[in-house]
Amino acid sequence: MLSRLRAGLRRTRDSLLSGIGRILSGRADSEEVMIDQMEEFLLSADVGVSTSEKLAQKLRTHLREGGAGAGPDLLALMKKEILDVMKRPLAESAPGGRPHVTLVVGVNGSGKTTTVGKLAKYYADRGEKVLIACSDTFRAAAGEQLEVWAKRAGVDIVRQKSGADAASVAYDGAEAGLARAASVVLVDTAGRLHTKVNLMEELKKIRKVLARKIEGSPQEVLLVLDASTGQNALIQAREFGSCMGVTGIALTKLDGTAKGGVVVAIASELDIPVKFLGVGESLEDLVEFDPIEFADALLSEENSPSPLS
Amino acid sequence: MFDELTSRLETVFKKLRGYGKLTEQNMRDSLREVRRALLEADVNYKVAKDFVSRVEEEALGREVLKSLTPGQQVIGVVHEELIRLLGEKATGLKPSSKPPAVILIVGLQGSGKTTFTTKLAVHLRRKGAKPMVVAADLKRPAAIEQLKILADSVNVRALVPEKGESVLEAGPRAVAEASETGHDWVLFDTAGRMHVDEEMMSELSQLKELVSPHEILLVLDGMTGQDAVNVASAFEKTLDFDGAVLTKLDGDARGGAALSLRAVTGKPIKFVSVGEKLDALEVFHPDRMASRILGMGDIVSLVEKAGQAVDAERALEMERKLSEADFTLEDFLEQLKEVKKMGPIQDLVEMIPGFGKMKRAGLSLDENALVRVEAVINSMTPRERLNPTIIDGSRRKRIAKGSGSSVQEVNKVLKQFFHIQKLLRQMKRGRRKGLSFLPF
Ligand SMILES: Nc1nc2c(ncn2[C@@H]2O[C@H](COP(=O)(O)OP(=O)(O)O)[C@@H](O)[C@H]2O)c(=O)[nH]1
Ligand SMILES: [Mg+2]
Repeated sequence: MLSRLRAGLRRTRDSLLSGIGRILSGRADSEEVMIDQMEEFLLSADVGVSTSEKLAQKLRTHLREGGAGAGPDLLALMKKEILDVMKRPLAESAPGGRPHVTLVVGVNGSGKTTTVGKLAKYYADRGEKVLIACSDTFRAAAGEQLEVWAKRAGVDIVRQKSGADAASVAYDGAEAGLARAASVVLVDTAGRLHTKVNLMEELKKIRKVLARKIEGSPQEVLLVLDASTGQNALIQAREFGSCMGVTGIALTKLDGTAKGGVVVAIASELDIPVKFLGVGESLEDLVEFDPIEFADALLSEENSPSPLS
Repeated sequence: MFDELTSRLETVFKKLRGYGKLTEQNMRDSLREVRRALLEADVNYKVAKDFVSRVEEEALGREVLKSLTPGQQVIGVVHEELIRLLGEKATGLKPSSKPPAVILIVGLQGSGKTTFTTKLAVHLRRKGAKPMVVAADLKRPAAIEQLKILADSVNVRALVPEKGESVLEAGPRAVAEASETGHDWVLFDTAGRMHVDEEMMSELSQLKELVSPHEILLVLDGMTGQDAVNVASAFEKTLDFDGAVLTKLDGDARGGAALSLRAVTGKPIKFVSVGEKLDALEVFHPDRMASRILGMGDIVSLVEKAGQAVDAERALEMERKLSEADFTLEDFLEQLKEVKKMGPIQDLVEMIPGFGKMKRAGLSLDENALVRVEAVINSMTPRERLNPTIIDGSRRKRIAKGSGSSVQEVNKVLKQFFHIQKLLRQMKRGRRKGLSFLPF
């Protein structure tokens, strides 16, 4: 598991290294220049202007108070700052009835269906009895796609015809979950831009239907974010959050060069924790989020890829 | 689509307009704001930096001009530079000389390739061509079915690899079949792949060798952040693609990736994809996009669309009235009629300067309400339309009767009209509070 994360994050780190390396080799540069470079480096990782400025400002304060000095010190400080932001105690899932229902939401193509497939495997491996409901009745062949994932993960799936009412599939899913004594129900939904009012309403309806059928559900609303998304991810988190009460984020496609730094901004501004990382297209390419690993990988001083991978 | 960036820049320039004289210092402050806006719009940080220093150079060099205010001068330069960065003129597909012309559609996972492939087929057919699509994504579960269903829904031939057939085998077969059946465009929907996945990238180069594409189009998610430069340059290195497509621009992403892509590859952006419907495809116009970024609204687009239903002059007149707020019920009715002729209101309204903001303020459009409003206004006398303040209680009753509605309905229409009028005046003065609704 760990090595997968590292393999996935290695590229992230490599591409970050040129930046950090630059800062560290900061020859005779003044601290101010190094902090500017650090800020630029955060910008290049999609952390965003406000959060990057905020973090840089914290470094400055430290320096003024006579804290750190050289490059490595600055780096360690920055790591600590990022960790501070990312290391929020995971919100305890609200106690609710069983099964534990996870509703998966996000914009088009972010990786929801794939993540549902991987999550099915993740929970099944932990001895849970998993059932998937396909509430994406909109996108062409969405049901077929999810069916393949259910088969791969070896779990049950509930679906209806394309074009059916999304909430009614969710209802079926909850009902089947109860009837078959599933312990985990994963509900996949159609991708939607947070700007589409009627589609956001549909999500609320799905939520309501689930809550009616299984008290306290959905216990988890997981927002799936593509790591290559820039600052719009912050708006997505805010909008899906205010509409649905997002309880966690799955950050996908970290196997590319995208750094996914926008989750730092999301954690800082919205307090929504990252829970899972997607690092590839196979069933096992899902890892639990570990803030220390993440901050380490983001700001690693190592020049060579991690020996663990 | 560039709404957010636009509003940011508007703030910046409002500030600039306030300056009596443009000093080096206050210009720098403003340019710092420009840089911030670009970064928030996801323009790559290096690109943004270059952009700002170019503008600074340009603007400082031109300081002598007396006929312009300092602010106008900077706006002019920012606008010019934005256009320059986005590409000077619109480029659609290159005309093909010998059919079938093959188009490879490539990009990362989840960027919108399959939907775009189908949209492009619809677009080409609308121009009289006979396109077919090829399902070349054997990787993602049910990707083939997805393309097949979409293509079937618009009656486009979809060629699907046979069992056991690889992409590299199906490719040439598709081209051969197209020659035989007289399809003049062959669009390949390829599997999404990471630009760092060597094996998958080399599959693309091989496919390119085999089918000699007329064009390769890189599909890029319009929400892409800083990574856009890495993706674009990797695909350029491997495939030397011909142009790019930006997708999902019907959302509120600021679309700075467009600027990044242009800056690092110099490749033109050919299309923008603006919705899940299969006709939601537009040719990319750099100049319009630049205007949009600067908050001028997409007047050119408005005129062009309106041109099919109304003539351009009237659209411009409308535009002028909208912005000058000498806007009467007569204009309002006129506008409703034209809007109805022009098709989906949502699309259209978005192109009018300032309306992006109203939408953000929670405005929603209901086409049925439009019909009711029209009936009410139709029952007014011309004098009443020109000067609605004269409409008293008895007039309201008469109008209600004449339009088959109620006095409340008439009250509502009038209230909304006054509201808009006020709003337009406010917009003119630059205040934008209290934008709660429009009647349609
Ligand atoms: N490389 C990579 N691709 C992914 C990852 N997660 C999803 N994808 C791919 O992204 C594309 C869209 O995924 P999908 O699950 O259909 O997205 P949805 O539209 O949100 O359901 C597919 O091609 C997936 O294989 C990931 O972690 N890494
Ligand atoms: Mg899906």
